[in-house]
Amino acid sequence: MNFALSDEQELLKEAARGALSRAGTVAGARDALDGGALPDLWPVAVAAGWPGLLVSEARGGAELAPLEAMLVFEELGRVLASPGLLGHLPASWLADRGGAQDDVVEALAAGDARAAFAGAAPPGDVEERWTADPSLGLRRADPPSLTADGAVSGVAHWVPDAPGADHLVVVLDDGRAALVAGADVTVEPVVRYDATRALGHVQFDGAPAALLDADAAVAWHLAQALLAAESLGAVEVALATSVAYAKERHTFGRAIGSYQAVKHELVEILRRADNARSLMYYAGWAAQDKPEEFALAAAAFRVAASKALDHATRTQISVHGGIGATWEHDAPLYFRRAQLARRLLGGEAGAADRVAGELLSAARVAA
Amino acid sequence: MDLNDTPQLAAYRDRVRAWLDEHAGHAPTSRREDAESVAARRAWQRELAEGGLAAPTWPAEYGGSGLGALEQVVVNQEIGRAGVPGLFDLIGVGMLGPTLMAHGTEAQRQRHLGPMLTADEVWCQLFSEPAAGSDLAGIQARARRQDDGSWRLSGQKMWTTNAQHAAFGLLLARTDPGLAKHKGLTMFVVPMDAEGVTVRPLRQVSGAAHFNEVFFDDVALEEEATVGPVDGGWTVALTTLMFERVAIGLGGEGFGWRADRFAHALLDDEACTRDAETRHRLGEIATEFLALRYTSYRTLTALQQGQIPGAEGALAKVTTIRAAIAAGDLLCDVLGPDGLSDDRWGELVSDLPGLKSAGGTEEILRNMVGERVLGLPPEPRLDKGIPFAELRARERVAVGETA
Repeated sequence: MNFALSDEQELLKEAARGALSRAGTVAGARDALDGGALPDLWPVAVAAGWPGLLVSEARGGAELAPLEAMLVFEELGRVLASPGLLGHLPASWLADRGGAQDDVVEALAAGDARAAFAGAAPPGDVEERWTADPSLGLRRADPPSLTADGAVSGVAHWVPDAPGADHLVVVLDDGRAALVAGADVTVEPVVRYDATRALGHVQFDGAPAALLDADAAVAWHLAQALLAAESLGAVEVALATSVAYAKERHTFGRAIGSYQAVKHELVEILRRADNARSLMYYAGWAAQDKPEEFALAAAAFRVAASKALDHATRTQISVHGGIGATWEHDAPLYFRRAQLARRLLGGEAGAADRVAGELLSAARVAA
Repeated sequence: MDLNDTPQLAAYRDRVRAWLDEHAGHAPTSRREDAESVAARRAWQRELAEGGLAAPTWPAEYGGSGLGALEQVVVNQEIGRAGVPGLFDLIGVGMLGPTLMAHGTEAQRQRHLGPMLTADEVWCQLFSEPAAGSDLAGIQARARRQDDGSWRLSGQKMWTTNAQHAAFGLLLARTDPGLAKHKGLTMFVVPMDAEGVTVRPLRQVSGAAHFNEVFFDDVALEEEATVGPVDGGWTVALTTLMFERVAIGLGGEGFGWRADRFAHALLDDEACTRDAETRHRLGEIATEFLALRYTSYRTLTALQQGQIPGAEGALAKVTTIRAAIAAGDLLCDVLGPDGLSDDRWGELVSDLPGLKSAGGTEEILRNMVGERVLGLPPEPRLDKGIPFAELRARERVAVGETA
């Protein structure tokens, strides 16, 4: 038994941190709030080999496991970097496993083409449909569907990394996935609240599609785990900056970190981060060795990391006092990251419901 | 990431499972405190000991198997799987025995470890007092050395599990009040049948009395009763507390507090399993329990690699109690008033407010983690370097009391 990262995995993280350290992503995130252009991180991702991370070696990828992808996302999250992989990795995984044409997959693996994932939540023990994120409200929307002539019609909202994508992998209302050319759809780029996150509303209007023969549910759970890993990275930074400040800022003659009221909140960040890390390892292990638990593991990881980031970024602001609530500080950038991330891809609440549903289903079978 | 057993460990697991399959029929079913139940639970510990399952990590010369933490976890898992109780005297075998091995004399080890392992002699831990728990070094039980080198002990201990069944206790007493409070302490082995020892049960919220208060009225102790150096008892106590943390870190699901079990309980009312709020609460609670399970595998990996579990283990305890409180609350919301005294969940609900303080209060654990893991400064203290005898007077001044 060994439930720790391997040396190779530690090296992968270290390399990712190094590659991102020169990209100026946090400063870029601040500039972007005022309408500045974000640094283009795709070349960084390509140089590091991340676009082909999950693609099979035979088609030019690195054929690494979901856990390795999560570790890269943890590093991305630390510095608020969004190179377009949240859409690209689940989409390229489905395209590769689902039998898309070699030239398409090889271009995705090499980073010569970008893909986005218009995913849908798989049915659960209560909800029988495949459902997509609605444009507004709590009621889940219908995913696009395949028309009689084999084209895709419908709309997908809040699709990560859709603007500029060369390909879209869309999950249909019957749970099948289809590959659609970016040129055949209309993408309305949207940026909401977190300027580092490129989203799009995608209109499919009889778009020609190639069906993919792979499990779209796994891609959904993979996206949950990647978003969670990104959140965990941001939690670590929120904790480190808050702890550093709590040691140096003094009130009433002593460091504020010595007060239990402050100390206990910082420990709470650590507690939540530590729990999320354990669940990341669980999700990574399940993806490889226990696929029947990947849905549960990825959803639990998402819940833990998402709630951890919410708590951590709020605490970061309060520990820093007034300055933490201003644009003078990085804290608002992490807070914005948290609040949008919690509401994408089915949301934190959707993940909690998935955890319950998976456990209740198993309990019904056992009973 | 690999959660599979090595061939060697798989073989060990097979042996443990086969033994349990053969002997499970002898296991007691009741956890009650009446004489018959206790006798059955002690007999079961003896059987486990004879089967080599009571103390896999103890050295062979003291009746153990000389194995590692992984084998201990395998035994815990298989005992849980078989649905049989574990050790009656987990405090003795898990914490006090290892403390004697680390700090006791060879004579003490030879005399005590064997009967401890078989539960022929049950042990209790006599550390906390009415006025000293979180601040354990503030204990006041006093042992005075006599001219012949023997000791006389007076004072009161509290929250003592199994004191009513115990033949011996490991007791922390003050031996020199002229020293600073961590310095003048000594650890003793105390025979619980000695003249002047009185045990009185303390009933808990649930009505059960799992622990006691114990009074010592001028109890005579032999010179050889000390464990570790005279006035060096604090180090001995820290050893015990470290074993306690290891036990908590590896124990995890031993109480049956598991995500799948709570989900199963909700099936009593199928309609509630479709209720959005119930599902949301279950999802969040289950997430914490799943995190605990996989945190324990990380802890175990660290142990296996020879690392000593750090203060982070304390966070597992905080999460366990938090999540179990939330689970009990959810179950009772679903089951209604019957849930509060339900056979399965009543004790969970009633015991948790107290368990929040047991084995280190949540506040103390958060202080420890904040200071040792995050490196945050401690709060200023009034007791450092002050002779214990002067402390109370200073405390009164600090709160503005007049003498």
